[in-house]
Amino acid sequence: MEFSELIRTGRAQAELLRGPGAPPLRGTLCVTGHHLLLSPGPQATSDLWLLLLRSVDSIEKRVAGDSGTITLRCKDLRVLQLDIEGVEATLDIARSIEALSSLESVITSFPFFYRPKGLRLGDAWHFHPPEHHYKRVARETNAWRLSEVNEDFSVCPSYPRAVIVPRAVDDDALARSARFRQGGRFPVLSYHHAPSGTVLLRSSQPLTGPQKRRCAEDEELLRAVLAGARPGARGFIVDTRSAQAAKQARMTGGGTEAKAAYPGWKRLHRPMERGRPLQESFVRLVEACGDLEQSMDRWLSRLEGCRWLAHVKEALSTACLAAQGMEREGACILVHGAEGTDSTLLVTSLAQLILDPLSRTMTGFQELVEREWIQAGHPFQLRCAHSAFSHARPKHEAPTFLLFLDCVWQLGRQFPLSLEFGEGLLLALFEHAYASPFGTFLCNSEKERCLCEVRTRTHSLWSGLNQPKEQRKLRNPLYVLNPLAIWPSVEPQSLRLWQGLFLRWTRPPEPSEAAWEKVWQIVTDKEKTEGSQPTVSASEPQP
Amino acid sequence: MEHIRTPKVENVRLVDRISSKKAALGTLYLTATHVIFVENAPDTRKETWILHSQISTIEKQATTATGCPLLIRCKNFQLLQLIIPQERDCHDVYISLIRLARPVKYEELYCFSFNPKLDKEEREQGWMLIDLSEEYKRMGLPDDYWQLSDVNRDYRASICRSSQPLSGFSARCLEDEQMLQAIRKANPGSDFIYVVDTRPKLNAMANRAAGKGYENEDNYSNIKFQFIGIENIHVMRNSLQKMLEVCELKSPSMSDFLWGLENSGWLRHIKAIMDAGIFIAKAVSEEAASVLVHCSDGWDRTAQVCSVASLLLDPHYRTLKGFMVLIEKDWISFGHKFNHRYGNLDGDPKEISPIIDQFIECVWQLMEQFPCAFEFNERFLIHIQHHIYSCQFGNFLCNSQKERQELKIQERTYSLWAHLWKNRADYMNPLFRADHSQTQGILRLPTTPCNFMYKFWSGMYNRFEKGLQPRQSVTDYLMAVKEETQQLEEELEALEERLEKIQKVQLNRTKVKSKQSEPSKHSGFSTSDNSTANTPQDYSGNMQSFLSRSPSQGDEDSALILTQDNLKSSDPDLSANSDQESGVEDLSCRSPSGGECVPSEDSGKDRDSDEAVFLTA
Repeated sequence: MEFSELIRTGRAQAELLRGPGAPPLRGTLCVTGHHLLLSPGPQATSDLWLLLLRSVDSIEKRVAGDSGTITLRCKDLRVLQLDIEGVEATLDIARSIEALSSLESVITSFPFFYRPKGLRLGDAWHFHPPEHHYKRVARETNAWRLSEVNEDFSVCPSYPRAVIVPRAVDDDALARSARFRQGGRFPVLSYHHAPSGTVLLRSSQPLTGPQKRRCAEDEELLRAVLAGARPGARGFIVDTRSAQAAKQARMTGGGTEAKAAYPGWKRLHRPMERGRPLQESFVRLVEACGDLEQSMDRWLSRLEGCRWLAHVKEALSTACLAAQGMEREGACILVHGAEGTDSTLLVTSLAQLILDPLSRTMTGFQELVEREWIQAGHPFQLRCAHSAFSHARPKHEAPTFLLFLDCVWQLGRQFPLSLEFGEGLLLALFEHAYASPFGTFLCNSEKERCLCEVRTRTHSLWSGLNQPKEQRKLRNPLYVLNPLAIWPSVEPQSLRLWQGLFLRWTRPPEPSEAAWEKVWQIVTDKEKTEGSQPTVSASEPQP
Repeated sequence: MEHIRTPKVENVRLVDRISSKKAALGTLYLTATHVIFVENAPDTRKETWILHSQISTIEKQATTATGCPLLIRCKNFQLLQLIIPQERDCHDVYISLIRLARPVKYEELYCFSFNPKLDKEEREQGWMLIDLSEEYKRMGLPDDYWQLSDVNRDYRASICRSSQPLSGFSARCLEDEQMLQAIRKANPGSDFIYVVDTRPKLNAMANRAAGKGYENEDNYSNIKFQFIGIENIHVMRNSLQKMLEVCELKSPSMSDFLWGLENSGWLRHIKAIMDAGIFIAKAVSEEAASVLVHCSDGWDRTAQVCSVASLLLDPHYRTLKGFMVLIEKDWISFGHKFNHRYGNLDGDPKEISPIIDQFIECVWQLMEQFPCAFEFNERFLIHIQHHIYSCQFGNFLCNSQKERQELKIQERTYSLWAHLWKNRADYMNPLFRADHSQTQGILRLPTTPCNFMYKFWSGMYNRFEKGLQPRQSVTDYLMAVKEETQQLEEELEALEERLEKIQKVQLNRTKVKSKQSEPSKHSGFSTSDNSTANTPQDYSGNMQSFLSRSPSQGDEDSALILTQDNLKSSDPDLSANSDQESGVEDLSCRSPSGGECVPSEDSGKDRDSDEAVFLTA
């Protein structure tokens, strides 16, 4: 397919309004295969303005007289307005943007063309393989092994090639357990908590169905988990659905672990919102935050009606419960809902942040996102196809990953010295998950990424982010290694609306930027002083 | 002390009100100035001190099998629940406290017995610290009749304040009309003045029937009249009451909390006050017009609004000392009725209203929006609020300057400002940027209506629930870093001096380099910051199956506990220090490498366990 077929008009004169704070920009507007460009006239001082078409979430056009207006609502929640000369030009540009921004083909997407200076293809893709995580686990315990039963993705299409499983369970048993779990997602290790000798596992629901089927290998697997943990360890299965929903799932072939079949394991139900209701919650919140007519009288109830903060509370509490079970109760925890690709990952990744000081470092957090979200098979392409502005009826969209980022932000607010990364990294991950020049968040699973040759044909976001010039934006200058678990408060008084994300484009950025600069200055002043030598030492007499 | 029926009750239990965990057993003492609870636990013997003047309400609840519960609510938002074994003792304590918490004479207040061991001269100097005549000079005013915010020197626009005119339906006063003319003429930059009535229009109209009301635009030439609806003291008192009920809810859901907060109307009122301040600041700075502000009496809403406007307009008021001046000027000297509003002496409960609390919150809301604009930090605001009610210093006594002079306050009590100034290191905002363009002139709030900027101030209203606050303080950390930098610089300087000397005496063999390793000693503070890590709360809700024993919460009780030493230093917030201590304790017994926690040890230490049950089924 040629992009040129979709581009109806090459260029037009336009003025761009970028919201409060930014001055309007005039110049020549241009649509290319992947970008919208605005090139200010030769007399202008500002540079070329560039927008990745993939990041357009919805487009609205209006024409009046001999000009038109296009409103672009972007996936990063920005709202842009283009005033364009000429009715025809407006309509043509609008149609081109519409067509190009909704292309579904992965291999013609921009990451396959993006070749930034200073980065080499293939860099950083080797940063976080399952082997890397296994090395750490193997240093701590001998009870687990790296299995390549999924080498060709045939056992579980949404798992990576290698997963960590109990040493006592062989690959055949794994394959049989996989057949008993939705989408083949048999229980695998998510995190080994060395101090308590317990583990965090994740899977999908067992396919018990109305006949209450059982699977000996699956039961054996969970038995082996307890046997490999600290002596006398119990297990808890945290089901992210209500007891009723789990029971109903039997009608459609799913279900949950029968108590009698898994001795030593106890089930807990923590219902979490998912799918369409979660997406709608996101849409409502963005709408509320953009409503400048909203009066203070009704703002809090409107915020309540969005339910978003309730979901944040829910997610954090469930993660805390899982972490607490391990650290305080010395129990092993298995987390699953239905598919095991959404709220399950939310819980396991947050629990690790709470417990594991390493995951709170810059590289540790990137590894966590790579391992617990990308390689764990969170279907990014489906979930992040549209953001909060799309008029299209949501199909598979859900802001689960954004909810994760929000929870991490809440953790950072309550423990401002304990995360090595700052809000900047969370904002960047949000943006890139929805539209990115990098290949990291492409596709829905490792299998798909493999088929599309994402690793060899696109650049990794991690190599982009880890360039020295990005560090000041992404790092938390206040970071001090905290070797302890960080237990957040999940009381409503302690949770806040994440203004840095939801009001990012509507409030003036200067005050918080000034504060950030000052924090950096205080910290670097200290570093400079520490590094300085007595100045007269140049003439220090030599012995 | 004739009012103390029983000075000591043993075997009293102090209940942690959010938590369901075992209460602390101890002894309750009543003194002339304080209620003191001392825990029996031999290793800690923790003390909780409450000033009588902080007590807002005392509630005796129905006797149960375990004893007679007594609930003490404080004006600084602390809440104490005691269980006294004998009903009779409880009654005695209750009756005593009812009297002690409501003194009838100023002389009974704590400031007349509080002695920080300063001599006469020091005390006098303390009172001299904030000098209003200096302040009017600073504003360039020879005339101390008007309050004026003179940031706009070119225009000579001013903010003036008064009470409502006694206009009724038709009354006029020529002199008053001329007065307003004079204000207008004093500002050649504008041909009109704004008259801002901070009441809702309906209230102002109702006042007409009582022979009061507002200026008739037909009678006053060149005025622009503006109503800004700030509700009256009774509405504000009820609103705070409702908000505090929300704060007291046991494990509220997000919906309970947000609905409760909205229904209290509190943030709406805060916004109304801010809006009025913003309107005036804009009139002065953008239209160069003078503004006359009044409400009914001119000492509540007017004080709130004028001081918010002053903060927005004049960076001086955003400094530590400038803020003290602002309170001295707009509140103390202009006759804000501290005694009536904050109930220092027993009086009409309908006169009580959190007027200055609202102003203090407005300042906090601004600090959240402009993190670099204020020289002082949140703790400064919290401590001022605390002392407005504590009556430990004489500043906020009485209803007017006149009363204070008659009582000879300055000769008989100490000044809070001197105390705060002495400890100013604790109150500094490390992010303050005096040089920055945003902080130099007028604070400009976004023009679009921005409801989101009004947040619930948990640092104030849930001040004593440490578990709800961020567990690490950016302010304290940055101040420590700054201090360390300074120490390093000083050391470096000393080293340079030494080196120079060494060179002079030609001591060639001296090894100077070894000294360079010294700075690392100071990095000690960073580990203590780590120790503020905490212990989990009960995330399991009423799912009893999960937790066989209650998870421990650690020793985050500190702010409740006023030890005698701390009291002497009159520090109303001991959280910073004692939190860290308890954190260290935590670190030693619960470091991850320590493996499992020992349940018995937990239950001993465990003060705030189940502090909140997060998840109701």
